[in-house]
Amino acid sequence: MSNQSTNSTGQVHHLRRMTVAWVILSVIGDVLFSIFVAPHVPPGRLTETAAKDQTDFNVLFEMAIPVLFGVWIYLGYSLVVWGDKRNKDAAFSGDAARHNTTTIVSWMAVTTVTVLFLAGFGTYALVVDHGSGGGQGPNPAFAPSGALKAETAALVGKATWAPGSKNVLPVQVIGQQWKFTYRYPTFGGFESSQLVLPADTTIAFNVTSLDVIHSFWAYQLGVKADANPQVNDVAFTTTKDPGNFIVRCSELCGIWHGAMYDSGQVESQSSFETWATTTEAANAANTALLPAFAWTYVPSANGAGGGYYPNTQDPFSKVEVYGSGTKSAA
Amino acid sequence: MTISDERSTEVSGPVSGHPHEARRLSWTQRPGLLSQNIITAIVFAIIGYTIGHWFGNYLASGYSYIANSGQNSIADTLALAFGVVGWLGGIGALNYPFAKLFGVDGLEEESPVDNWTKYFRYTLDHKVVGLQYVVGVLLFMFTGGLLAMAIRTELLNPTTHVFSPDTYIKIVSEHGTVMMMMATSIIVGPLGNYFVPLMIGSRRMAFPRIEALSFWIFTAGYMVIFSALPYGGFPTGWTGYAPLQTQSGPGMVSYLLGFAVIGTGMILAGFNQAVTIINYRAPGMTWGRVPVFVWSILATASLLTLATPVLFAGGLFGLLDKTVQTAFYVDEHGGSSYLWQNLFWFFGHPEVYIMALPGFGIAGELLPVFCRRPLFAYKVSSAGMIGVALLSFFVWQHHLFQSGINPDMRPLFMLTTELISIPTGFIYLVGLGTLYRAKIRFEIPMLFVLALFFNFLIGGVTGVFLSDVPVNVTVHGGFFVLSHFHYTIMGGLLFAFMAGIYYWMPKMTGKMMNKKIGKWHFWLMFVFFNLTFFPMFIIGLLGQPRRVFTYATNLQGLNDFSSVSAFILGFSFLVFFFNLVYSLWLKPEVAPANPWESLGLEWQTATPIPSYNFERIPVIMTDPYRYSEDGAPAYADLGTSGAPDTTTPTMA
Amino acid sequence: MSFTGRLSTAVGLFLVAVALIIWALVSFLDPGNPGGYVNYTLGHSTGAPVDVNLQTVGAIGTGFGGHPTWVSYLQKDPTSGQWIHDTSMTLPADTVVHMTIDQYDSGSPLRNQEWGQVQGTIGGSATLNGKSYKVYNSYSGNGVGHTFAVPGLGVSVPLIGVNGNLPNICGQAPCGSLPHNVITFSFKTGAPGSYNWQCFVPCGLGYLYGNGGPMSTNNYMGGFLKVVA
Repeated sequence: MSNQSTNSTGQVHHLRRMTVAWVILSVIGDVLFSIFVAPHVPPGRLTETAAKDQTDFNVLFEMAIPVLFGVWIYLGYSLVVWGDKRNKDAAFSGDAARHNTTTIVSWMAVTTVTVLFLAGFGTYALVVDHGSGGGQGPNPAFAPSGALKAETAALVGKATWAPGSKNVLPVQVIGQQWKFTYRYPTFGGFESSQLVLPADTTIAFNVTSLDVIHSFWAYQLGVKADANPQVNDVAFTTTKDPGNFIVRCSELCGIWHGAMYDSGQVESQSSFETWATTTEAANAANTALLPAFAWTYVPSANGAGGGYYPNTQDPFSKVEVYGSGTKSAA
Repeated sequence: MTISDERSTEVSGPVSGHPHEARRLSWTQRPGLLSQNIITAIVFAIIGYTIGHWFGNYLASGYSYIANSGQNSIADTLALAFGVVGWLGGIGALNYPFAKLFGVDGLEEESPVDNWTKYFRYTLDHKVVGLQYVVGVLLFMFTGGLLAMAIRTELLNPTTHVFSPDTYIKIVSEHGTVMMMMATSIIVGPLGNYFVPLMIGSRRMAFPRIEALSFWIFTAGYMVIFSALPYGGFPTGWTGYAPLQTQSGPGMVSYLLGFAVIGTGMILAGFNQAVTIINYRAPGMTWGRVPVFVWSILATASLLTLATPVLFAGGLFGLLDKTVQTAFYVDEHGGSSYLWQNLFWFFGHPEVYIMALPGFGIAGELLPVFCRRPLFAYKVSSAGMIGVALLSFFVWQHHLFQSGINPDMRPLFMLTTELISIPTGFIYLVGLGTLYRAKIRFEIPMLFVLALFFNFLIGGVTGVFLSDVPVNVTVHGGFFVLSHFHYTIMGGLLFAFMAGIYYWMPKMTGKMMNKKIGKWHFWLMFVFFNLTFFPMFIIGLLGQPRRVFTYATNLQGLNDFSSVSAFILGFSFLVFFFNLVYSLWLKPEVAPANPWESLGLEWQTATPIPSYNFERIPVIMTDPYRYSEDGAPAYADLGTSGAPDTTTPTMA
Repeated sequence: MSFTGRLSTAVGLFLVAVALIIWALVSFLDPGNPGGYVNYTLGHSTGAPVDVNLQTVGAIGTGFGGHPTWVSYLQKDPTSGQWIHDTSMTLPADTVVHMTIDQYDSGSPLRNQEWGQVQGTIGGSATLNGKSYKVYNSYSGNGVGHTFAVPGLGVSVPLIGVNGNLPNICGQAPCGSLPHNVITFSFKTGAPGSYNWQCFVPCGLGYLYGNGGPMSTNNYMGGFLKVVA
């Protein structure tokens, strides 16, 4: 389009005007955004994961602002200047109005480069941030170092974590209709309806479900992982300072989906250890009744006392069974 | 080949207009409502429903899980299935196939008497089907919109509940499903059926019976999906995730069977459109001369034909899980909850482009008319639509970024998703390029097209946010997504539909839509659409998940703002309905033959359009959209004047 | 037809359509849900504890709406003393609630033994027929029939089932003097707001995971505590 506006005699330089306005407004927009909005963009900076997600967010916002302004300025300019009442010139027509190789090729080149940059940047962010807090399934492709070791140890009851140790802390998140509960394999496998985490620690959330699909969304941690039945969906985050965060279910799971939320705390390493050992002791009687710690559980598909499928569960299942009645009386 | 040669290869006569006098009228041809019509369809549907329900109860009421739950999904499935068959049989859709099956020849459905009753019968004229679809989709949209008002009413307050949480989920699910079903047909059905044959210079669709069948299946689907409410609703949202799907009551049957029914209509409609566009173009209409609206319908039709069968199969599996206790989606018994997610989104992502492409087509079609200049980069626009259609099959797992499946494929799906921005960008290149040095006429259809470009830009840019996996962690499953797809589907498709209705209504009815009321409609809809959905981006970013009946109290201000705007947005639709009633019935104003001075072929034939569309099959002479071009030949030679042709152009 | 005639016809048809739609929505969307709140704040003096009496029945029977086979909670109306099919209550804020639950249903092992612990009650315990308990092994004895849990207040109490093999186990509500367990506990209502409560035993027979039907319908196995200042 550009050469059309310049070589027609008497034409104003429409595109040049628009470009100047676009550059000025985009720079102003980006600067204002980075000063006033960027620090408040979700999910905040409570964890390293969240902070990196926020940076990604801001990169996208800074790129979106020029795109939006570009189209808006063009639209606005067109409507004002080329309305049939205002525009005294004849409408642009003929072959030149139908095709312009320079414009088409440069448009395609700019969009392609932008898109490839975004995909590359997103991939880079995803890989260096160990999946960016998203659920990666049972075999995380982008696990931080030490994660696999911690998970293996957790399964055989030998996971260790202590204040000052740089070990990964596995925490199991169990979704059920309609509440999340949490198991800590490092502390004897006790289960709690409270979620407490130590500061300055890499956490491996092992998210699973006892029934339908839920989604564990720890907003300020920058973590979201679907809870699928019989799937161990692993998501990583590295906590920094103490603080509170909200946990919500973000996959529709039935009547009380909207009420399936609670809050969690990141505490200092020592107070976390105190909480964990105290709760381990307080819950010991109940922990003894729980099935051995496992990545997934096969609860009865029938519910209490009979239900949908005629047989209760797969007799050849090797995983631990919730609610099967196999535990003897305590 | 000369024009006269082309003319001699015209299609063999119009569908109706046979010399009926030569034969005795069959019972299907009896005039008016004496033959099969919507009343017989209702009666047959009720009979079918009753038989199916009885049969299901007879078969299954003894099973313990049915006795315990007191809810028999088998009876409801059979009732609905038999009801749909009864409905189609009652309207007369099955006469011709059965006649063929039993070797009866020459069964004709068309009544020789042409009056208003044709709108309530199994009529094969694509213009009648188009108008039937207009009423059908508006009914769909109105009921779905009322449910949206109910959602926003509940979200006025985080703690005081208008509806109980189960009722709220039912409303949300019904709203989503109804709107999705409506949106797949809202342009292809009414405007596609009506105008594609006119725009390609054909006298009919390729398969008129299949065309009528797709409409009557669509109406059956409407009734099936609304049967969910008396059955107690379904709690899964429009995505129907299993195993929640398997757990819910008989309302789920309406969802699964409803999608199967609607899906059948979608496959048939898409197939019919594709065949028509490929085979029934007028002589001279090379691929480089096809109007962009027709291109968009072709791209959409290919998606309808290829993607919908996956949904059909998925729904059938769910129905089996729900009725005869198979376990396609239940992990404990050897199925997988991921299977539904994969099947659903393998259909579901092409589906969202089924809902976007016709909107692009209308935008491309209307811009040159109201800009009075040629469409910029015509080939780029058709390439963009085909590109979007192809790429849409390779992105479905971006809906599963946090699901735990295939983590190593995330960079790939992030890339394919972002690549879609390139062909979508083509549409913007074409749109913005066409505005360049135009003489823009701000008529109502043009306002809606401009609004589409404004809204879809926001929808598209936020789509890039969603495709970025690290950002997706925060925005997946929240109000951000919700707002994103309302910006693309409602802000894009629905605005395009309105543009199309205002633009083509003079052709369809011979009456102009009132401009003053139209302006009120447009500004209310545009402003309050944005005021409703833009705050939802912020609500989503601040952490509100979708489909919740309660939310953080500090978000009440934004939610209330959004709700009040939504009520006014809902009111704007009443303004639209009022405009329809006012302009068509209360104070009709006869439309000029070509009120927008369009060069499009559909405006060159008479109004009202004769049942055979064109007196003679037109011959396309040149590229479309040669506006404001001195000395440009007419787009088509309609050969109506009877004057001998002086030109003998060579056909490409 | 004259303009006025057409206008009034249009308005008339519009009103008929609106009436039909409202009728359809009201009658279809919320079938058989009384959905009221039983009010415990009437005549309540600040600081005094509130007594609430609930019962659980394995099948609600034909007296309470359209799902006679469904399991349900019932609540005793404090003014009339009648058992009503309504699970929501309005309670005063920062007040001790003495809860008495008559458990008529049989029990089973829990899906998640976490709900076998008494949590969030005053003293961290509950009583079963007068005997205090803090943890109940759901794999033993008669198992757990239901739980009463208010996630927002951290309250969760397992309700121990009656022996399902008893010949005279209650089959239809209200159950009166048929065999039952009496569970009592107390909790404090906290700040004003809307809290949901639910049962965590998947007791909806005939539904996958036992969580459909009555577990997924308000007023059966869950409801609201509306806490007001």
